[in-house]
Amino acid sequence: MGEVNTFIQSVPLNYFIILSSVLFSLGVLGVLLRKNAIVILGCVELMLNSANLLLAAFSAYKGNSDGQLLVFFIMVVAAAEVAVGLAIIAMLYRNTRSVDVSIFNKLRG
Amino acid sequence: MDQFLFFLVAFLAVASAVYFVFAKNPLYAILSLIVTMFSIAGMYILLNAQFLAIIQIIVYAGAIMVLFLYILMMLNLNKEDESKKNNTLKFIGVFTAGLLLIGILGVFRGVQDNHIVVENVDRGVGLTKNLGKLLFNEYVLPFELASILILAGIVGAVLIGKKDL
Repeated sequence: MGEVNTFIQSVPLNYFIILSSVLFSLGVLGVLLRKNAIVILGCVELMLNSANLLLAAFSAYKGNSDGQLLVFFIMVVAAAEVAVGLAIIAMLYRNTRSVDVSIFNKLRG
Repeated sequence: MDQFLFFLVAFLAVASAVYFVFAKNPLYAILSLIVTMFSIAGMYILLNAQFLAIIQIIVYAGAIMVLFLYILMMLNLNKEDESKKNNTLKFIGVFTAGLLLIGILGVFRGVQDNHIVVENVDRGVGLTKNLGKLLFNEYVLPFELASILILAGIVGAVLIGKKDL
């Protein structure tokens, strides 16, 4: 197959786990702190990307291709989700002239 | 050398993600998120996952982020109309996210580095040839279902975006 990847041998897997944990927590922090609906959607993208990075890292370190195909499918679903989500945000803006999530309480019981 | 490259790209990703979360202007926030996407593509290249790196650049940094910027410019949010949360809620948010980080790291603490296992690993894992063979043999049914999902997403976005619903 390919040549020997020296990167995998010199960098431990734990580094990738720490990096993607930090990125995921930053995504959660953004969802909790921000009020702009577009930025919140971007934070969801950040969380998906950190999970993708961890899947790809485990797949590369264990020598199994299934994880990388799962990353591919996650990207497909994320693209569809962003298209629908941004359409919803545009419709909300047209009705209320704002994307601040604190005023969207129409679904409150 | 490899560790230095890893730390460089990781620092770039984390710094731009921090700026994305805390930037006041949403335009600069989304532009910073694009830098994060590119550095994650760099991580895929370092992991020898070339197919994923190209897909990451094309789909995320190229298509999804441009869609974000397009919507952001179309909505014309020039005035700072993001209402403030009070300090108690902010503290609770930071505390919860920090607790989550500690929890995740605690869960993963038992994972061992596998320097020994890496020696006899199949090294063509991330190449496009290998992934394509797997995708069109074992995973051909999820692939077709993904196309149906994309079609449903397109139809839904058009339907939601219509003027008179």
